[in-house]
Parts: sequence; C-alpha cells; structure tokens
Amino acid sequence: MNNTNKLISVRNLTKIFSRGSILFKTYILAVNNVSFEIEMEKPEIFTLAGESGSGKSTLARMLLGLVEPTYGTILYKGKDIVQITNTKNWMWFTKEVQPIFQNPFETFSPLNRVEDYLYDTARNYKMIPKNTDKNSFLKEYLNIFGLSYDEIKGKYPHEFSGGQLQRLSIARALITNPSLLIADEPVSMIDASLRMSVVNLFKELKNRFKVSVIYITHDLATAYYISDKIAIMLRGNIVELGPVEKVLDDPLHPYTKLLKQSIPEPTIETQWDEEIKLSTVEEKEFSLSGCKFAGRCPYVMEICKTQEPEEISVDGRNIKCHLYKKS
Amino acid sequence: MKNLESLVKVENLKAYYFSNVYGNERTIKAVDDVSFEIFNNEILGIAGESGCGKTTLLKVLLGITKSPLSIVGGNVIYKLDQEEKNILSFSNGELRNIRWKVVSYIPQGSMNVLNPIRKIKDTFKDFMETHRPDISKDDFDTLIKDYLRSLGLPLEVLNSYPHQLSGGMRQRVTIALSTLCRPKIILADEPTTALDVVVQRGVLQLLKKIQKEEENTLVVVSHDMGIHAHISDRVAIMYAGKIIEIGPKKEIFTNPLHPYTKYLISSLPKLGDKSFKSSIPGSPPPLSNPPKGCRFHERCPESTPMCEKEEPSLVDMGEGHKIACFFVPKGGKV
Repeated sequence: MNNTNKLISVRNLTKIFSRGSILFKTYILAVNNVSFEIEMEKPEIFTLAGESGSGKSTLARMLLGLVEPTYGTILYKGKDIVQITNTKNWMWFTKEVQPIFQNPFETFSPLNRVEDYLYDTARNYKMIPKNTDKNSFLKEYLNIFGLSYDEIKGKYPHEFSGGQLQRLSIARALITNPSLLIADEPVSMIDASLRMSVVNLFKELKNRFKVSVIYITHDLATAYYISDKIAIMLRGNIVELGPVEKVLDDPLHPYTKLLKQSIPEPTIETQWDEEIKLSTVEEKEFSLSGCKFAGRCPYVMEICKTQEPEEISVDGRNIKCHLYKKS
Repeated sequence: MKNLESLVKVENLKAYYFSNVYGNERTIKAVDDVSFEIFNNEILGIAGESGCGKTTLLKVLLGITKSPLSIVGGNVIYKLDQEEKNILSFSNGELRNIRWKVVSYIPQGSMNVLNPIRKIKDTFKDFMETHRPDISKDDFDTLIKDYLRSLGLPLEVLNSYPHQLSGGMRQRVTIALSTLCRPKIILADEPTTALDVVVQRGVLQLLKKIQKEEENTLVVVSHDMGIHAHISDRVAIMYAGKIIEIGPKKEIFTNPLHPYTKYLISSLPKLGDKSFKSSIPGSPPPLSNPPKGCRFHERCPESTPMCEKEEPSLVDMGEGHKIACFFVPKGGKV
C-alpha cells in the first residue's frame, strides 16, 4: 500500500491492558482494531469523540508514542513510530507531532515564567540560533497568534485566565513547526465565554499554517463546529467514522443516535422526552463478547450479543453495526 | 402556571472571603449584594463561569459560613412552617435540625463522597440512624428498598462497594441519599460535571423526576447553559459575584437582555450550525479587585461613561425578568 501521501495512517491498532497476578489475570481491551488516516496534502481536524472509558486517551497516547500498542501499526509520514529507537529520529517525531493537554494550569510549571517555556522550547529544538535575543524572538513569534508579548512578559501561569493560558500552550506547541497536533480535551476546562477563542484558534491553524489536529473531546457541539471528520468511539471501538456533517446530522449507529440526543443543547426547542437506559457496571460492557452496545441498544438482535460487528461502509462512512449489514 | 409561593428570600447578601497570609490581607467578594427569591415547586438554575461565586452562594444558602468565609451583610430567610426564619442567625444545632430534612445538598463531585470501605447499604443505614432516629431499624430496609425502587435504581447497588459502581450510578446513589428524608429544597452544585453526556442525561432525569413527584424545590448550579435549557424553570445568570439577570427560562434563552447573557448564549456552538462564533473579549475580573461601576463594563460593547461610575441594580422588566444594566430601556424590548 502506498503510505507516502498520508500524514498519519493507523492500521488495526489494538491495546490490551492486563491486571492481576499470573493466576488471576484479567484483560481489558482499551483500544480494539482501530484504523483511520489523515491525508498529507489536505490538513484536517479529526475528532475522536466518546465517553470516558471509550479509549480515546489511550489512543492519543499511542499516537504520541508514549504507550506501545499491542498490535497494529502507526505510520507517520510513512515511518513506523513504534520502530523509532534512536534519539535523532525521536527528536524529529516529537518536533512533528506536538501534544496539547486538558488543563493548561498543569501544562506549565507554576514556578516558571510562561515566556521561558516558549523560549526554551525553541532553544531545545534548535529552532533559533543560539544567540537569539529572547525579547525580539518572542515579540515576533507571539505576534503571529495575535498575542502581545508585553502582556506575557515576566508573568507566571497563575496570572493568566484558562483561555489565555491554553492559547499560549498552543503557541508553544507550534514553535517546532509541527504538522500534527494531538489535543486531548483542550477546551473542557475553559469557561464558556472564552472557549470559542481557543476553538477558533484551531480552525485558524488549519487554514493558515496547514496543521492537522486530532481533537479529542466528549463535546459534540464544538466537534461539529470545527472538525472535518469525526470518529465515535465506544469501549475501544470506532463505531462510526465519517464526515462530521454526515455523522452528526444523520447518525446511523444507535450509539451515535443516543449520544446526539443526549447533548443538552442550549436551546429550549428541543427537549428530552423518553427515558434512557444506563449501564450499571462499566466493566460488564468491556467484557461483552458481541457488540459492546448490545446491553443498551434499543434495536438489539440475537446476533449482536454473540458476534462482534465488522466494519462496513455505508453512505460515505464506516460503521460497525449488524443493522446495516447487507444480507 | 405554577403557584409562585416564596420559599427562600435572599436579601442584599454579601459573603466575602478574608485571608491574611504573612500580613498580606486580601478580601474576595465572592457574593456581593445579591437579592433574589426561590419559589416553592420550581427548578431554579444558577449559571455563571468559574469563580463567579455560584458555589459560595449555595454554601450560604445551606448555612455553611465557616472561616475564611464570612457574611458581611444581608439575610437568607427561609419560610419554615409558615414562619420566617433567618438561617444566618441559626446555631449549629438548629442548622443540623433542618439539614437533609428541610434543605439538602448534593455537593460538587459528589460521586466521590461515598465511604469506599463500606457497602452502599451501610452508608444508607448510617444516614438513617443519624437523621431519622424515629424509625426503627427493622423498617430501614424496606424504606430504603422502596425508595430506590421508586427512583428506578437497581437494588443490587445496595450490596456493592462504591468502586464497583460506575460514576453515574454513584452519583445517582448520592442523589438518592440526599433526598431520602424528602427535603423541601435540594441544592445541587454542578451535579453532572464529571459525567458523560449519556449518563448526565440519566442523572438530570432522576433529579427532575424527584422534583416532579415531591413537588419540592431544586436549585441547580451549573456552568453549562445546555443543562439549564433542559431542566430549569427559571435561570439566574451570575457574573463576578453578582446576579446580573434572572428570569423564566424561556425569556433568558429567547430574549436575553443583558449584554453578557446575550454573548454567552450566542457564543455556544450548536449541532447543525457551522457559522462563526466568537468568544467574549477579555476575561472575567478578579473578585479580589472588581472594577468600579458595572462589573462587565470593561468587556461590554455597549459600555457608556455611566457604566464605569455607577453600579446598576436589578430592575424588573415584567413577568419576573430582572436585569442589572443601564443600557436596556424600561419596558425591556430592545
């Protein structure tokens, strides 16, 4: 297969965690057989959405090279990142793929000035010559993002609001000129009135700097607003993957339908009517042998309880559900 | 139309935090001159960003005023058995008598309040022994089981330890626990913040069901406007320690009058809408040193010189829709 025109190509990625001693070992399938790809030429915002325990953070850690997958491959610009062993290639990879974390106050050490982080990142990755003047570099650099250096100079993290700090942490991530950002719940800690400023920045990055973003979230409303493609995850599986308008305007998988209906939308026109069924014990769902949604699905059939659905392509998207299997 | 009978009256409440670290005195005006009413048989939503004083307001409503929090002025008047009582002058014993029976509290992150080394059953029993000594121990079991069944919770949770339950189930067990004594008013602080959307919907359904069946009052504090759109009857918007707009849900969502509320509602992304949304310029002021005049004037597009000097007070625009803004003319329609 030709992987050279793909920015990132994930094939059959699986992660199994085990716990307990040798005699009483139990396994948890955190990520199960996940495949997707992002084109090199066409940067996009790719959303991984799902509830907690759906494996989206484990997937993010594998993409960042922090957790080794049990099976499967991750090819970044044609290179298998699991095989990277030497420092030089690892340096190249961390330069190319940068993370953005959920809580900006935990990203920065409270004892260091924020400006030092920006400058040190540039120095450590040798993005600027050794004798560059800190002030002029930061002034010029922050200007690109519409941030002013005078507002940041000499300040510590606690002196910023969450939104400001998150924008700074995105600015820091971009110093190394990455092609891919992996953002794990970047706006969930930020107040509603400032949230859009961060979300809009991602959009701008894609359009102006051609940076692709893997946006991990449980918030489908912001996902709809910024992303091009969306993958809905359930207990380690991607159950529906496709263009965001298709998946969220007209969801096919029963789980996506339930998820969409459950968003408390800030309008008074749509109101919940029927009651929903919740799973009592989360672990039970992981150990289901068939479809993981079988216990809660309103359209459940006999086959769902025993056989894991295969990925099929329906109406421009990939979906894992027995309902849509061509007979 | 519901019968609007006043249950709690908050009058000019000022609750400040005083701190003194190595001679550095700081005063944080978390709740500053707030007046509003809570009615019988309604769901009141309190919305606002983090650090706007929502949780402090709820704590004062519950009568928790431990140092460093202290009440600088104002009253919180409860109507108990046709008598009006100021909860701020209650002794600890009097407060214990009304807690859980009259006023109940679902704290923030309440799925972590259950004792990890005791079964849910034992936690319920402890609770009953303390708060309902009038019921005999033999009746506990049936009473607890009946109550859980009426809420639609599976009885198997009673024999589980908290770690065996999912977050949403723990949260619903806590809600069951705090409503077991059939309180008149339930104060819920961010009851669903740590939960997933589907579970959140289940928990909100439960809260609404309890309110509907018991016909009591529920006060929900949340930063999520979507939650208020779904469960509240009335919504109060707080900004920097003040209530800047309060009114029926329909009015707040379809005809918001305060510039902050307008911004807040228009900046929320919605499914099926890809149009550009911008966030409010600037950031909320620190409560230790709020700006003079209207606290929103630095970020407000309609700001006038008057806004910088004088503080607007809550004005009724009709039908219980009150706002604190000079810009909106009398009559309310802009």
